[in-house]
Amino acid sequence: MASLKDLKNRIASVKATQKITKAMKMVAAAKLRRAQDAAEASRPYAERMGTVLGNLAAGFEGRDDAPKLMTGTGQDQIHLLLVCTAERGLCGGFNSSIARLAREHADRLLSEGKTIKIVTVGKKGHDALKRGYGQYIVENIELRGLKSVEFSDTKHIGDLVMEMFQEEKYDICTLFYAQFQSVISQVPTARQLIPAQFEAKDEAQDGSTEDALYEYEPGEQEILETLLPRNVAIQIYSAILENGASEQGARMAAMDSATRNAGEMIDKLTTTYNRQRQAQITTELIEIIAGAEAL
Amino acid sequence: MAEAFQFELVSPERLLLSAKVTDVTVPGSEGEFGVGAGHSPLLSTMRPGVVKALSEDGSRHEYFVRGGFADVSVSGMTVLAEQAIPMADLNAGYIAQQIQDASEDVADAKDEDARQAARLVLSRLQELQAAIKAS
Repeated sequence: MASLKDLKNRIASVKATQKITKAMKMVAAAKLRRAQDAAEASRPYAERMGTVLGNLAAGFEGRDDAPKLMTGTGQDQIHLLLVCTAERGLCGGFNSSIARLAREHADRLLSEGKTIKIVTVGKKGHDALKRGYGQYIVENIELRGLKSVEFSDTKHIGDLVMEMFQEEKYDICTLFYAQFQSVISQVPTARQLIPAQFEAKDEAQDGSTEDALYEYEPGEQEILETLLPRNVAIQIYSAILENGASEQGARMAAMDSATRNAGEMIDKLTTTYNRQRQAQITTELIEIIAGAEAL
Repeated sequence: MAEAFQFELVSPERLLLSAKVTDVTVPGSEGEFGVGAGHSPLLSTMRPGVVKALSEDGSRHEYFVRGGFADVSVSGMTVLAEQAIPMADLNAGYIAQQIQDASEDVADAKDEDARQAARLVLSRLQELQAAIKAS
């Protein structure tokens, strides 16, 4: 049985831990606000881009001169998995759930006899995939020490993906990240980046079906060719922002439950401590009474 | 008073401006062009330059943009800029930095086409620098 002193030390140490988790929760909550704002602020751009591209792409449907980024290379042998995770741990199941999704995807592709290549963004994803999939990882990009991620910070990721595509190092690129829904729910998502997929545009806003009469400057083809790579970069950027918000949300939830657990533990330990103290007092009293009776 | 239409300037980071405007000037890649209400649908890429918008209440908005495209549709106009900075926040140091980047691009260009494009960007930036110095 632990002595009173041991119990006292335990309580003090759990209390110290609780203070840390509580502070981390507060920090995550503050960062979450910022990350969420950033994620939301980037949505208009991505949406507009999607609409414009959707309109443009519709015109190229089934044409031979459509850019490869849209139609693909005509094969699906080599897959590139772009896995975005966080730089830090202690955020619940955030990193592992993205890594798990990527791993399942990779396993399925491998069992179909395809070749895979992995590019990881973020240290934790790299750590998680290193074991078992290390030989497939071709590149690891770290976004360490950035307070807020700006578009220019992620542009080189898009450039890398594009460069590899141009050198025909892969046929299909899939992006893995966690879509932020709320503080308690972040959904690991896989999205195909290349060849580009567009949402069906049956809801062309306010019935402006005259879009076909668009004038293009320079040509339609040139615009599509500049927009598609940009779209890749934008999608990566918005995925990273979503990830940022998800990470903070997950960390906040994880730290909240850790704080609560610590509280429960302190209560339990305090009860044991008090009981033991009481028992000790009772024993001492009995000894004194027994001593007095013996006289 | 000219008729007003909806104008939005968006960068990847945020929505910079959303207002009713009467006149917008955009640095298109094939030359600067103005857009008024009822302009026919147009999609144009942009070169680095200044987007000027005159809003309905008469106030002027000026933004330095780099890369991106302008989309004029029936419902309004949207400028999607890769980078957009209000002219008020723009200083000579920033432009100088951009010029340096651009000259590196020219030096690093892999083929003649890329070099030509980079050179164009550079000359445009230099023009802009001169314009800012003059004002």
